[in-house]
Amino acid sequence: MTDNALLSGSVSALRQQLRDRAVSSEELTRACLERIEACNGKLNAVITMCSELAIDSARAADKAIAKGDFGSLTGIPLLHKDIFCTDGVRTTCGSRMLEQFVPAYDATVVSKMKAEGAVMLGKCNMDEFAMGSSNETSFFGTVKNPWDLNCVPGGSSGGSAAALAAGMAPLVTGTDTGGSIRQPASLCGVTGLKPTYGRVSRLGIIAFASSLDQAGPMARTAEDCAIALTAMAGIDAGDSTSADLPVPDFHAGLNHDIQGLRIGLPREYFNDDLDPEVRERVMTALSVLEQAGATLVDIELPHSHYAIATYYVIAPAEASANLARYDGVRFGYRCDEPVDLEDLYLRSRSEGFGEEVQRRILVGTYALSAGFYDAYFNKAQQVRRVITEDFTRAFDRVDVIAGPSAPGIAFPFGAKQQDPVAMYMEDIYTLAVNLAGLPGLSTPAGLINGMPVGLQLIGKPFDEQTILNAAHRLQRDTDWHLARPQLEALAP
Amino acid sequence: MSWETVIGLEVHLQLATQSKIFSGSATVFGAAPNEQADAVDLGMPGMLPVLNEEAVRYAVKFGLGIGARIGERSVFDRKNYFYPDLPKGYQVSQFFAPIVCEGVFEVALEDGTLYPIRITRAHLEEDAGKSVHDAFSRETGIDLNRAGTPLLEIVTEPDFRSAEQAVAYLKALHSLVTYLGISDGNMAEGSMRCDINISLREKGSDALGTRTEIKNVNSFRFVERAIHSEYERQADILDNGGSITQETRLYDAEQNVTRSMRSKEVANDYRYFPEPDLLPIVIDAEYIESVRATLPELPGAKRMRFTAEYGLNEYDAALLVPNHSLADYFESVVTAGGAAKPAANWILGDLTAALNRSETDITDSPVSAKQLAGLIVRIEDGTLSSKLAKQVFDALWAGEGDADQIIEARGLKQVSDSGALESMVEAVIAANPAQVAQYLAADEAKQKKLSGFFVGQIMKASKGQANPQMVNELLLLKLNDQS
Amino acid sequence: MSVSPQDVEKVALLARLAISESDLPEVTERFGRVLGLVDELNTIDTETVVPMSNPHDMHQRLRPDAVTRQNNRENLMASAPAQDQGYFLVPKVID
Repeated sequence: MTDNALLSGSVSALRQQLRDRAVSSEELTRACLERIEACNGKLNAVITMCSELAIDSARAADKAIAKGDFGSLTGIPLLHKDIFCTDGVRTTCGSRMLEQFVPAYDATVVSKMKAEGAVMLGKCNMDEFAMGSSNETSFFGTVKNPWDLNCVPGGSSGGSAAALAAGMAPLVTGTDTGGSIRQPASLCGVTGLKPTYGRVSRLGIIAFASSLDQAGPMARTAEDCAIALTAMAGIDAGDSTSADLPVPDFHAGLNHDIQGLRIGLPREYFNDDLDPEVRERVMTALSVLEQAGATLVDIELPHSHYAIATYYVIAPAEASANLARYDGVRFGYRCDEPVDLEDLYLRSRSEGFGEEVQRRILVGTYALSAGFYDAYFNKAQQVRRVITEDFTRAFDRVDVIAGPSAPGIAFPFGAKQQDPVAMYMEDIYTLAVNLAGLPGLSTPAGLINGMPVGLQLIGKPFDEQTILNAAHRLQRDTDWHLARPQLEALAP
Repeated sequence: MSWETVIGLEVHLQLATQSKIFSGSATVFGAAPNEQADAVDLGMPGMLPVLNEEAVRYAVKFGLGIGARIGERSVFDRKNYFYPDLPKGYQVSQFFAPIVCEGVFEVALEDGTLYPIRITRAHLEEDAGKSVHDAFSRETGIDLNRAGTPLLEIVTEPDFRSAEQAVAYLKALHSLVTYLGISDGNMAEGSMRCDINISLREKGSDALGTRTEIKNVNSFRFVERAIHSEYERQADILDNGGSITQETRLYDAEQNVTRSMRSKEVANDYRYFPEPDLLPIVIDAEYIESVRATLPELPGAKRMRFTAEYGLNEYDAALLVPNHSLADYFESVVTAGGAAKPAANWILGDLTAALNRSETDITDSPVSAKQLAGLIVRIEDGTLSSKLAKQVFDALWAGEGDADQIIEARGLKQVSDSGALESMVEAVIAANPAQVAQYLAADEAKQKKLSGFFVGQIMKASKGQANPQMVNELLLLKLNDQS
Repeated sequence: MSVSPQDVEKVALLARLAISESDLPEVTERFGRVLGLVDELNTIDTETVVPMSNPHDMHQRLRPDAVTRQNNRENLMASAPAQDQGYFLVPKVID
């Protein structure tokens, strides 16, 4: 096989080739590692490579395949976002705070995918502690968008999205607290799925906002996302918030037939604020689904515009507590020569955390502090319910809700860095989905000025299957998901 | 000015679970530093808590034990503050919706009267670790073995008016939780720690004064002394027209004073909010009933039963009941045939004294309940005088067999044979004519006194084995015959 | 709601973050912008709404009371910045 075929193949296709012994996992893994080495200097998508470990795992996978003993991902190389703890492999969360941190345990997602035979190539760059929408907050430097090296890849799973788009791996993982899978998937032209809150265990994933965080796959096709989600999902005794529900085989459940599917278009997403070109791409994609038998229904999510305010109270508040453990005592960055305990705390945290992380800790601390709890945190939790009930009512009438994944295409570096609020608007269409704990995915819907745009599909709680089916159908009837950046240009 | 003390107590009770409240680490006391702290206890990145079912069951047991309302939906919250022994930078506790809601705990005072204390709430939380200040010269060492140990914090209304009431409550609480089996109650190992909220007000006033909180007092005696010393301090300030600063203080047992905790003076703002890594604990009626079915007889009920069933007085019952093992021992003695009243006397008297002397727990008593019952049977049937009984008891303690064996081996049988006694009495009368004459000349009151001389002589002659009651009767008869 | 540099300093101390004198104006300005964003919450009436802490109305599961973790101090303390004799070390704390 040509390298190019290896580097742009889908998981489902590569899996078949592995099983047919048309290619070995070691060949595939080496191709990916070479690709990372060739492109990472320009893209900075990967923080840590584990080449030796990967080759060992690939060889083990090849042996297993030779014996006919394979799991759903046996021999498939993947990259994990550097927010997933990996036993014995440095896990930084994009922060100076954890620059040297080597966990003694695997995240449940990591061990489940390992158990399915996946080969871990390394760890992907990300916004520091997953706080950002452009990957500009990483201590390890910005990630470049493979479609245009002057533009951001989105965030916070920007390294994962860029690596996938650049052919470094056929499968990557991400986490999504307010849009961190869907927005970079949109900006990099890949398919990204944020499962229902509780579908995937959070154990071993470095926490940002516990009631919003959810891990999911990013891949080249909806079908691949279905394969990966099946491997990642399931109740975990170690995560009290993981759902005690059976995990369907999402891949086996894939179905092109969307006849009669009711797709809701919230008027609040398609108002005058929506960029006309984004609207045009999203509506074109939706008309493809309509032609396939779906019905488009106008709906209302009347409290949508409260999502940003609600999110930017709840997420920072939870984060302010989640990040209190980084105090320079048991692990992580510690300042030089602390004179006393307070000095240890203040300098370790101020030197170890970047600006955006510190800003969110401040906001969250403020929202929880005496005299403000009711006005901010409690209020935000009330509005969170109001927003969730909007969705519940809408889902009485429709099966799926559709909208843009992001307000626009990838933007140049620095464009929104000076104004945190402008940056927060990047997630205006995705935040509410996390607040309500719903599944959402982004699938490519064409290009604007040569840059990808995503369609977002939002499902009912624990009904990932329906949005995967709709995306799968869209990907059968169109070829937007096959569009690739100029891979050759990325290698030196 | 005459001041009234107003006291409320917060007790941190360590629950006797095998593993920690949110992790699978052991809770055994005394492990090497940090060897009993896993990734969850250390607050490592990505770690999550999972709630121990036994901690929940124990909390519900406690709630039912004091007749409190059980929160049908209780929630964990994060209490945020920085301290090196607090690994996550927050303590998981229950602030807004505790598992045990309001209840009333009736404390039996020494005279048997019941004094009701209103329990505000009791909630589950995790313990912090330990700072070790003396092991290193320039640093403080942090040991997180205790971090994550389940605690039940039991909070009262300010219902105490004296140190004695507070201590009575604590003793009753200690008794209750050991009966329930939810805590070992070992105060020396910190299983029960007490925070004291104390304020003064003019006698007769209803208003509450400014209070101070004395943290972490860990013995009944220190609680009593800390309250007295803090009363003196506050009264002194108020008498001189000063005002009390609301603050946290520590009790220094060596100096018997309370001291302000300067390090905690930085205004704390705990920023409580619902812990998003844990979901609400929902407790339904069925669960409550299943726990209720496992409740043992509690101290209050046992005290009443001991007075009604065994005819014990309140005082004895109040001494026997608080220690579950002691109460069990008492009932075993009775079951083995020992009469209740003497059983109580022996247990609370000679046995307790001997146990205290040798620092032995009742559960390790060298004298078994059955052996003590054997001794009591031999007293009741007249075989042993009380004096002989004490000798037998000492022999029991020394492990010389059971009462009958000792009586046999030592020939301690009380002489109750009237023929033998009669000749002994006659011999003593014959040998002491002067005293007999004196006796006969005396008035009735004096005679009683003088008869003691003859009894003493007879007992001496019998080596203490003569039945004293029979000796008395025979002696009176014989002496009166002389006139 | 407007926020003063003093407010920011107070919150920073609670969060154990040090803000330099020179950064304070900019931090305050950006902090204020974020607060301006969330102040929108005041425009909705939620009097009767029960706060929502977690998606889906799930209940807490309970774990059997069993010791499942053995001593793993060596691995867990491998990345501790300062330790001795099994203790984590911090500058001397005086109570």
